[in-house]
Amino acid sequence: MDVLVYLIPASLLLGGVGLVAFIWTLRHRQYDDPKGDAERILNTEWDDHPKP
Amino acid sequence: MSAIVEQEDMRMQASACPACIAGPSAERLAAAAAPRDARLMLSLPTAHCAVCITDVERELARQPGVRSARVNLTLKRVSVDADPGVEAADLVERLAQIGYEAHELDPDVLSATEADKRGRDILMRIGVSGFAMMNIMLLSVAVWSGAQDATRDLFHWISAAIALPTVAFAGKPFFVSAWGSLRGGRLGMDVPISLAIILASLISVYETAHSGRHAYFDAAVMLTFFLLIGRYLDYRTRAVARSAAEELAALEVPRAQLLSDGVEVTVPIGTLVPGDLIRIRPGARVPADGEVVAGNSETDRSLLTGESLPVWAGPGAVLSTGEVNLTGPLTLRVAAAGRASSLHRMADLVAAAESAKNRYTSLAERAAAAYAPLVHVAAFAAFLGWLKVSGGDVRLALNIAASVLIITCPCALGLAVPAVVTSASGKLFRKGMLIKDGTALERLAEVDTVLFDKTGTLTMGAPEPQNLTDLAQDDLAVAAALAEASAHPLALALAEATRAMGVQAATVGGLREVPGFGIEGEWQGQRVRLGRADWVGAHPGEVTATHLQIGDRAPLTIGFADRLRPGAEAAVAGFLAAGKEVHLVSGDTSGAVLALATRLGITHWHAGALPAQKAALVAKLAAGGAHVLMVGDGLNDTAALAGAHVSISPASALDAARTASDIVLLGADLAPVADAVRLAVQARRRIKQNFAISLIYNAVAVPIALLGFATPLAAALAMSLSSVTVSLNSLRLK
Repeated sequence: MDVLVYLIPASLLLGGVGLVAFIWTLRHRQYDDPKGDAERILNTEWDDHPKP
Repeated sequence: MSAIVEQEDMRMQASACPACIAGPSAERLAAAAAPRDARLMLSLPTAHCAVCITDVERELARQPGVRSARVNLTLKRVSVDADPGVEAADLVERLAQIGYEAHELDPDVLSATEADKRGRDILMRIGVSGFAMMNIMLLSVAVWSGAQDATRDLFHWISAAIALPTVAFAGKPFFVSAWGSLRGGRLGMDVPISLAIILASLISVYETAHSGRHAYFDAAVMLTFFLLIGRYLDYRTRAVARSAAEELAALEVPRAQLLSDGVEVTVPIGTLVPGDLIRIRPGARVPADGEVVAGNSETDRSLLTGESLPVWAGPGAVLSTGEVNLTGPLTLRVAAAGRASSLHRMADLVAAAESAKNRYTSLAERAAAAYAPLVHVAAFAAFLGWLKVSGGDVRLALNIAASVLIITCPCALGLAVPAVVTSASGKLFRKGMLIKDGTALERLAEVDTVLFDKTGTLTMGAPEPQNLTDLAQDDLAVAAALAEASAHPLALALAEATRAMGVQAATVGGLREVPGFGIEGEWQGQRVRLGRADWVGAHPGEVTATHLQIGDRAPLTIGFADRLRPGAEAAVAGFLAAGKEVHLVSGDTSGAVLALATRLGITHWHAGALPAQKAALVAKLAAGGAHVLMVGDGLNDTAALAGAHVSISPASALDAARTASDIVLLGADLAPVADAVRLAVQARRRIKQNFAISLIYNAVAVPIALLGFATPLAAALAMSLSSVTVSLNSLRLK
């Protein structure tokens, strides 16, 4: 059962990373336009280099 | 609506210093013209794909002065940040040139940021409780599969460490609302929910501290998670409806052409004060009540009275807000504007009628009112019963009472109604109908009598020439030539009809429009005129008509009938087929009303009805036990719209009428109306089914919990099963 000492913090940490990522997306208004974002991925405009 | 009124009120107050009332002050004009960074909002009703986004954004970014443009495809809007001086009209024109329909929206009316904040707040709580739920589940599975002694206690403690802060944060909306209803002396659905969450958490902590076998941390967090999803769906439905309703209101950017020292300045309507002189261009809506001081024209007041005949307007004529100026420019002295105008007085009446409607209790509220006391009684009875049976074992009794609370907790109930309503209003939205009020769907399902307004609702309010085939080819050619030179709606309709017939317009010279009367010219040495009856020497008839005079010959009459709204026949036929009683009620003359009633097969019709009579008819029908659906668009319909059990208005309706109605028809087609009633009946059936499903599940699970056999595993299983079942059932709507 000693393995729990590593496993439990690892699972909590991974879950926490997911939570932080979710909060980050929420703060950056990534759920305001779900339909537009789904279409924007098909846009070829910034395929060669990222938007400055 | 109230937001607009308040804003206009504020603007009025801001400029209502005693000196300003006398006339347009320099300050006021300066404020209107002061440069400031433009934050423009355009509506893009036709945008639908990735190419649209790129096209619109690229085109707008290319415009001088535009800093950035961002399309929101979900809301079908583009927001533009630009330097001062960039006009929305120019951008709209640019977009029209590349093939995108765009309309300016009034950013002040759109309170998007505020609404987004609430939605994001609930999403955040859902995210946090979801994270906690999964982690606790992970630990709980270990306990369920047989973790013992110290390991089990450790897992319970870790669960507690995750669950307690989560419950405190994510459950806050329920606690706040439960506290509110308790203080108000009511027992809402949030009281048992909060009680279950808090009790489950406390007992689990106690059990953990005493090395107990069962802890309900997972149940407490799961309950929060599922119920928050229900809350979010509920919120989304209302937010979507509200933002679309706001958009409709924002479409009419309220501006007026103020004349100050002979110069025309565009100002917001809210800044007008009595005594101001305003210019009203042909085709524009009259922005304030007042008296005409210069100019000759005709006005269309069908939105106010339902009359389809244009009315002459010249110096001395009194105009009301909402009339449409047809032919010549008019100068108006403002008598009342903003809040004091006739339009807003009407809106106030509507607000009074609406509060009566808000007393309607929805199915969910009625179910909650019956269910909440039952839950408390059951849990309390379990506590007392087990206290007696076990001979005073408080720990056992509390444990069982908590499991009863958790199991009976209205997970399905809290999710059942929002899921159905979200799914149904999403379906209706795709058909072009916008539900503004949550209970409108349920009220729509009860409808047995339908009242239609005529002008602008069953008809387009656009005239169509009737007897063109009776005219000689030469006469038609002259009429076409005259009609094409005018912007009067009758002339436009005539020109369109003659073009469609393939008539070659005659060569008419010396064309000249006489505002308020008609148009005249010279053809083969004779004077030719097209216009009002008294101007060309004809007898005015009862139906809308224009008259053609060629030389000295007797004038010819071209009659017009209102064009039927697309889908009107289908909608009326649909209601009649469904066994509903259909009435036609209009302020127009009996000839016009009878003709339409016969054409559509409506047997009950009422002509020449004043606004108060329309409302009285609705009240009379309601007193007879009927559930009335009112469909109307005019200011003369607003009282009836507000008084009816449920009401629908087309998007072309006046702001006041749209505000008064529960459902707004976004497209021009009327056909979805009959379908909406069918869908509403289906949705109500689905809601009842969902109640039944959760009741059956309770009937099975509650005895188990009362007997003390419920484990946290059973609670978790039952809870998720019932929630998933009702959600899937809601999606079955067609």
